[in-house]
Amino acid sequence: MTQLVSNSGTTAASGLCSSSGCPTSSSSNRGADRLAHLPEAIRARIHNHPCFSEEAHHHYARMHVAVAPACNIQCHYCNRKYDCSNESRPGVVSELLTPEQAIQKTLAVAAAIPQMSVLGIAGPGDPLANPERTLATFRGLSEKAPDIKLCLSTNGLALPGLVDEICRHNIEHVTITINCVDPEIGARIYPWIFWNNRRITGIKAARILIEQQQKGLEMLVERGVLVKINSVLIPGVNDRHLREVSRVVKAKGAFLHNLMPLIAEPEHGTFFGLMGQRSPTAAELQTLQNDCADGMAVMRHCRQCRADAVGMLGEDRCAEFTLDKIGAMEIDHDAAMQRRAETRAAIEAKRLAPPSATLVPIVTLMRRPSSATRTIRVAVASSDGQTINQHFGHAEEFFIYTADGASVRHIDTVRVGSYCSGPADCGEQSFILDDTIQALDGCAAVLCARIGIDIWGRLEAAGIMPNGEHAQERIEEAIAAVYPELTASRRLNQSDATPTRQVRHGGTR
Amino acid sequence: MAHRIIDGCVNCWACEPLCPNQAIQAATPHFLIDPAKCNDCDGHYADPQCASICPIEGVILDGNGQAVNPPGSLTGIPPDQWATAMSEIRAR
Repeated sequence: MTQLVSNSGTTAASGLCSSSGCPTSSSSNRGADRLAHLPEAIRARIHNHPCFSEEAHHHYARMHVAVAPACNIQCHYCNRKYDCSNESRPGVVSELLTPEQAIQKTLAVAAAIPQMSVLGIAGPGDPLANPERTLATFRGLSEKAPDIKLCLSTNGLALPGLVDEICRHNIEHVTITINCVDPEIGARIYPWIFWNNRRITGIKAARILIEQQQKGLEMLVERGVLVKINSVLIPGVNDRHLREVSRVVKAKGAFLHNLMPLIAEPEHGTFFGLMGQRSPTAAELQTLQNDCADGMAVMRHCRQCRADAVGMLGEDRCAEFTLDKIGAMEIDHDAAMQRRAETRAAIEAKRLAPPSATLVPIVTLMRRPSSATRTIRVAVASSDGQTINQHFGHAEEFFIYTADGASVRHIDTVRVGSYCSGPADCGEQSFILDDTIQALDGCAAVLCARIGIDIWGRLEAAGIMPNGEHAQERIEEAIAAVYPELTASRRLNQSDATPTRQVRHGGTR
Repeated sequence: MAHRIIDGCVNCWACEPLCPNQAIQAATPHFLIDPAKCNDCDGHYADPQCASICPIEGVILDGNGQAVNPPGSLTGIPPDQWATAMSEIRAR
C-alpha cells in the first residue's frame, strides 16, 4: 500500500481528484492525483505497479521470490541469519528457491491470482551478489510470462557491472538502497564490503559502495530504467544527511525516494539492535519525508515486505504457495495469461469509470461551513483504506489523514503490531499498545470500528481521542464529520479530556 | 591445511559460490568445507574467499585452528570498546 506524494503540496486538489473537475474524494482517484507531477511516460510505466503507485496497490498484486541468499556487504541493521530486516521483515528465514522453483512458483501464483502484475527479487541477500540465480529467474519469466513486470532491489555494489545484463532481460524497475553519499557516514552503517575478492572495511569500503551505487544509478537512468531509491532512516547517523541524499539521487534521475524507518530490536540480533540503536519516531520519519518531498516524489510507506511475500500489498499469501503445494498444481499457462489480461482489462475499465454518484466533494460534507484552517491529524483503522472497518486492537496499520477546513488528505500509513487477538489476551500486551500510541503521536483522534474501554482511556490520556461512531463509513466523509468537534477548543485541551462514550469490547473478528 | 566452518555459521550461502575449489557444501546444522578439496585459496586469491565474505565472526578457522575473523574484526568494534560504543549509540 504505497503512497506517493507529489511536490504540489496541499493544493486545492488535495484529497480530491485533480483533473477535469472530478467531483469526488474517491480513493480510486487519490493515487493518480499524487502521481500527477510525474512525466506521463513514467506514470504509464508504474500505473499497474502496486509498490510504486499508491492507487495501483488497491487493484494489483505482487510477489517476491527468494532466490538470492548471498550478500556482498554487511549493513549494521541486518542479521544475515534472517531476511534483510529492512528490505524484508526479519524473523523467519525464507524458503530459498532455485531459479527453476522460483519460475514455477511465480507462474503458479500468477495463475491463481490474476491481479499479479509484478515479480520482484529482493533477497534474502542481494540479488546482484547472486547474479546467475537472479538473472536465470528473470530470463525464464520473461519467456514464460512476458506480461509480468520484473524488478529487483539491490545494495548497488555489483550494479554497474551488471547493468547491461539487467537491461537485456527487460527489467523496467530497479531499487537501490542508498543510505548515504558521505563515506564517513557510510562507515557507521556498513562495517565492510566484499570487493574484488577481498574484504574491505571502514571508510574505504563505504567510499567504494557509494561510488558503485551512484554509478549504477546513473547507468540505469541513461538506459531508461526506472530507479527507486530506498533509504533507511537511522537516528543520529544519517537522519540529517538523507536530505542531501534525496537531492543527489533526484538530480541523477531517480524517480522515487522511499524513506523507511530503521527496524532495530535486540531480538533481531542485528548490530544496531544489540547495541541499542533506536528506531526513528513516526514524527521524525514524517518530518524527513516532508523535507524530501520538495521536488521529488516520496514514497510514504512501502510495507517493507518479506523477500518471499505474495499477494496484495499488506497481505501475505506465501503459505498458499509452498513448493509442496505448487508441485501439485495443474496449470494451463496460456489460459492463466489470458485470464490475467482479462482481469487487467476489467481493473482498468473500473479505474477509468466515472465515480459513483453517491460520492460528493469533501467540502460539501462539512457539517457546517468552517472558517477554521487548523490542520489536524486523524488516524483510521481500516483494512481497505476506504472504510472504517477495523477494531482498534486488530489493526496492523493505521491510515493517517490530515484535515483542515477545506480538505481531507491521506498522508501516511503507519504499521503497528496488532496487540489483540481476541478477548483472552487483551490487556496483556501493553508494550505493543505503547508502540501503537507512539506511532499515532500527533493525531487528534483515531477512528475505528470498535475499541476496548481500557484502551480508550490510554488513548485519551495520550491526547488521542478515540471514536467508534463512524464504523463502516467512508474514511474521508467520517473525518469531515468529526473535524468540527475535534477543532473545537474543548477537544484541543487534552488535559480535561474524559471518556465520554463507552463501546463494546472485543469479539469483532 | 584447510579452512574449517564451525558452529555459529548461519548458512547464508555467501561463501559457497566463491570457493575456487568447490570445497564448500550446504549442510545442516551448518555449511561444511571438504578438507580434501580446500587449499586455502592458494594460487587462486590472496585471501581465503570464504573467510573474506563470511558475515559471522569466529566461525571460519584457518589451518592452524585460529579464527580468521576474530571478535571485533567484522563489527569494527574491538571487544574492549564495546561498552563505550554501546553508550555512544544509545545516546543517539
